[in-house]
Amino acid sequence: MTTTELPEKLHEIVEDFRAVPDPERLELLLEFSEELPALPERYAGHQDQMEQVIECQTPLFLAVELENAAPDAGPTAESIVRLFVSAPPEAPTSRGFASVLSQSLNGLPAAEVLAVPEDLSTRLGLQKALTPLRLRGMSAMLGRIKRNISDQLADQLAG
Amino acid sequence: MTTESSSSPDSSVHLSADPSPDFSGYAHPEKLVSTQWVADHVLGESHENHQNLVILESNEDTLLYSTGHIPGAIKIDWHTELNDPVSRDFVGPEEFARVLGSKGISRDTTVVFYGDKSNWWAAYALWVFTLYGHADTRLMDGGRDKWIAEGRATTREVPSVTEVDYPVIERDDSTERASREDVLHHFGKPLVDVRSPLEYTGETTHMAGYPQEGTLRGGHIPTAASVPWAKAANEDGTFKSREELEEIYRNEAGIGTSDDVVAYCRIGERSSHTWFVLRHLLGYEKVRNYDGSWTEWGNSVRLPIAVGEERGEAPAGR
Repeated sequence: MTTTELPEKLHEIVEDFRAVPDPERLELLLEFSEELPALPERYAGHQDQMEQVIECQTPLFLAVELENAAPDAGPTAESIVRLFVSAPPEAPTSRGFASVLSQSLNGLPAAEVLAVPEDLSTRLGLQKALTPLRLRGMSAMLGRIKRNISDQLADQLAG
Repeated sequence: MTTESSSSPDSSVHLSADPSPDFSGYAHPEKLVSTQWVADHVLGESHENHQNLVILESNEDTLLYSTGHIPGAIKIDWHTELNDPVSRDFVGPEEFARVLGSKGISRDTTVVFYGDKSNWWAAYALWVFTLYGHADTRLMDGGRDKWIAEGRATTREVPSVTEVDYPVIERDDSTERASREDVLHHFGKPLVDVRSPLEYTGETTHMAGYPQEGTLRGGHIPTAASVPWAKAANEDGTFKSREELEEIYRNEAGIGTSDDVVAYCRIGERSSHTWFVLRHLLGYEKVRNYDGSWTEWGNSVRLPIAVGEERGEAPAGR
C-alpha cells in the first residue's frame, strides 16, 4: 500500500492506525473522538448554518470555510481550509471519523484536501472492526467536505 | 469443552425475576428487568450473592461502551463477535462457545442485555443467544439511554473476567429464525414489516438519516402488514404496556396469539425488537425473525415485491 500522496498529517494518522491490531484501532478511534474540538460561537447552536451529513447514522453537521490569501481576494486552490464538525457524544464512531478529518485536513490548502483519496477508511484499516455502513459514513463525510470546497471554488469562478 | 443437548438447565439455579409491577402484565415478565434491578444487582447489597449474572452491553455504535458503561457490564460486539463474515451467518457453535466463555458466561448464567437505540442491538444479541438455547436471557427495559437519563453510575473500567467453559451447542434455526425459503412457504400466514412507513411503501430503501445499504428495490414482501417497531416503545425507550401492545398487534394488525408470525426489517435488528415484544411480552407461541430481511429479499432475483400502501397479493404457485 502506498500513502505517499496523502498530506503529511493524514499520513501520520494512517500509519498510527496501521501500526496496531484491530481492537486497538477502535481504541485509537475513541481517543480521536475525545479530541474533536467544540464548535466556535458562530456555529454552536446554529446547525442551520451547517451542512448535515445525512449518510451518517447519527446527526452530524459540518461547515467548511476557506481562508483567502488576501482579505479582498476570493477563494482559490491555495486558500486555507478551516473545518468545523459537530457530532453528539453518544456517537463516538462518527465523532472519531470527524476528528481524524478535522486534525488531518484543517489548515491545508484547498487543492490538497481535494486530492485526498476516496478510500481513506480502507487505508485506516477499519474494515474488519466496523460495518460497511459506518465506513460509508466516513467516506460520505470526506466526500461532502470536498464537494463543499469545489462548490465554493466554482462559485468564485462563476461570480 | 463438552457437547450437550440444548435442553434447558434446571431453572432453580437462576436469579429470581424482577418483581416490578410494571412488568407483571406481560406474558413473560421474567424476560425484563428494570434499571433499578440492575443497579441493585451490580452495585447494591445483593451483588455478592449473585455471581452467576452477566450484564452485556450491545450497541449499534460499538465504540459507545468504551465511553462509559454500567459498572461491571461487559461489551458484546454484534458485528465482530456474533457474525461470521465468510458464511454470512451467525458464528458457529464452537465460536459461540468461545465468545461466551471468554465473557464469563456459563450455560446457566443469567444474561441481562442492554444497549443504545431503544435496545435494538440488545434484542438482536438476545435473539442470537436464544437460537443457541441459552435459557435465562433478559432485557433491561429502556436500555442504555434510560440508565444514563436517570443519572446512574457509569464507568470506563472494563471488568476483569474469569474465563469459563461454555458447552458447544448446535444452533436451532427452526423455531425462532426464518430464512427466505421459510418466508416463501409462509405466504397466507401473518408477516410483519417493522420498518418505517416510507421503507414499506418503497419510497425509500433505508431509514431517514441512514445511508443507502445497497438495496436495489423499494417496497415490501407481499401480504406483509406494516407495524413500525417504534410503535411498541415509549418515548424513553421502555416497552409500552401489555394493553397498548395488544391494541397494536392484535386489534390493529390482526395477529393472534396462536398465529405463526414472521417479522422482518432491513437487516434483522429492528425486527428482533418486535420479535421480543410478540414472543415474550405478548406470549405469542410461534414468532420467527427473518434476519435476511429486506436487504436479502429486496435484492433477490425472482422474488416478488409489493409497492405502495397496499399489502399486496401472495405470489401464485409457491
